[in-house]
Amino acid sequence: MELVTPAIGLVFWMLVTFSLLLFILKKYAWKPILTSMKEREETIEKSLQEAANARAEMQKLNQQNENLLAEARAERETILKEAREIKGKIVSEAKNAADEEAKRLISRAKDEISRQKNAALDELKKEVAQFSLQIAQKLVEKELENNDAQKALIADQLSKLDKRQKATA
Amino acid sequence: MDGVNKQMPYFSALFSGYRSSKILVLSLFFAFFTFGLFASDTEHALEKGHENTHSEEKIDPGKLIMEHISDSHDWHLWGHTSIPLPVIVYTKSQGVSVFSSSHFNHGHNAYKGFRLNENNQIIWENESNSEAIYDLSITKNVLAMFIAVITLLIIMISVARTYSRRHGQAPKGFVNIIEPLILFLRDDVAKSSIGTKYERYMPLILSIFFFIFVNNIFGLIPIFPGGANVTGNIAITMVLALVVFLTVNFIGNKYYWKHIFLPDVPKAMYLIIIPIEILGVILRPFVLMLRLFANITAGHIIILAFFSLIFIFGAMNPWLGYAVSPLSVAFTLFMSLLELLVAFLQAYVFALLTAIYIGMAIEEHHHA
Repeated sequence: MELVTPAIGLVFWMLVTFSLLLFILKKYAWKPILTSMKEREETIEKSLQEAANARAEMQKLNQQNENLLAEARAERETILKEAREIKGKIVSEAKNAADEEAKRLISRAKDEISRQKNAALDELKKEVAQFSLQIAQKLVEKELENNDAQKALIADQLSKLDKRQKATA
Repeated sequence: MDGVNKQMPYFSALFSGYRSSKILVLSLFFAFFTFGLFASDTEHALEKGHENTHSEEKIDPGKLIMEHISDSHDWHLWGHTSIPLPVIVYTKSQGVSVFSSSHFNHGHNAYKGFRLNENNQIIWENESNSEAIYDLSITKNVLAMFIAVITLLIIMISVARTYSRRHGQAPKGFVNIIEPLILFLRDDVAKSSIGTKYERYMPLILSIFFFIFVNNIFGLIPIFPGGANVTGNIAITMVLALVVFLTVNFIGNKYYWKHIFLPDVPKAMYLIIIPIEILGVILRPFVLMLRLFANITAGHIIILAFFSLIFIFGAMNPWLGYAVSPLSVAFTLFMSLLELLVAFLQAYVFALLTAIYIGMAIEEHHHA
């Protein structure tokens, strides 16, 4: 029976000790420990959340970078294409201009040549006519030493003129 | 009776320390060669050796064990060496008397009109005096409890300091041992049993758990300052259960009281249900008290009983005692390991049931 009979002294000391233990531990141990543990848990959770956010942010940035790169690449392509087109245009224009110029030069040369030729021909005709006149003069002077011959020639010339007029009419 | 009394201190000294007991086992059976070890107690040892090897007198392991698991006014260390503890007695006629328990000389002498009876309780020398004695002595259990509590305070406050010193850093050192326990109690005991309002009751649950756990562990240490049967004492468990009882009934909300006095049963059943519910309110802390007391006391008894086998067989024949001792030590070792588990388990069960009762008392929608 002694074993299951609580001793008054032990009950008293236990009450005192346990109350003090509860008070001291609550104030100086459990409160700081539990608060620190909670704070740390929150910090860890927050850090994990932040890491996830940072990762998402980075992914977004990467995506943006890639987009920018793709845009830049596309722009380069268009610029190059435009440049090529412009180059082609310039070259063809230059070619055309050169062709025109050449044509113009050639035609002017041709004109000049033909003019020179005509002038030369005219000169030649005049010379020939001069010579012919001189020759004809000499011949006529020789021929027209008598009247008959003069008359015959006039008639002949007149008939020839007639024929030519008929042909042109 | 006198012979037994003389023999008692010697034997209980064996049980006060398993480690020192090994030496004492040898000295018991080879008392003749080992008298020198106990220079101060040669006479007693001679007497003992003589009695054990030649006399018919029986060793009473039951009494030895009972003496070990009960409270005492002095603390046996080894042999005849014991620490006398202060006796504080209050009586109406004499007021408060404070003196050392060594004045009683292990129950042989009376002092200031008091003496010790065979159960180590303080009684009047004059047995016809029926005045009440309030014995508030610092007994073995009180001292053991003080030592355990101071140890607990030092550990926990240093852990708390580590937390504030290493603010925001990873746990380090001793914190790594304490933190899992606190986390376990917070998440798997308090949070799961009480719910969202658990934080208010964490100090009580943690204090109960660590008080029981530390005292259980100290009780398993065979040498001073351990070995006292603190949590296996009904007074200690009674106070713990009383704390739980008062807390639960103090914080109980209207649903808790409605469940007891206006349960959801036909009115005719009230006559049966209400007494049962009231009985339940009292029985729950009562069972808490008994469970811890019985488990820890039983553990101490079993370990000591296995150990006593050596002396029981040794009393029949010294060589038989030797033959049994390895087996006995093996069993004791096994039981000690088991008791380590029990030390944790009982502290956990007490804390868990406390949390469950608190949860029941503050539950909001009891009859959803």
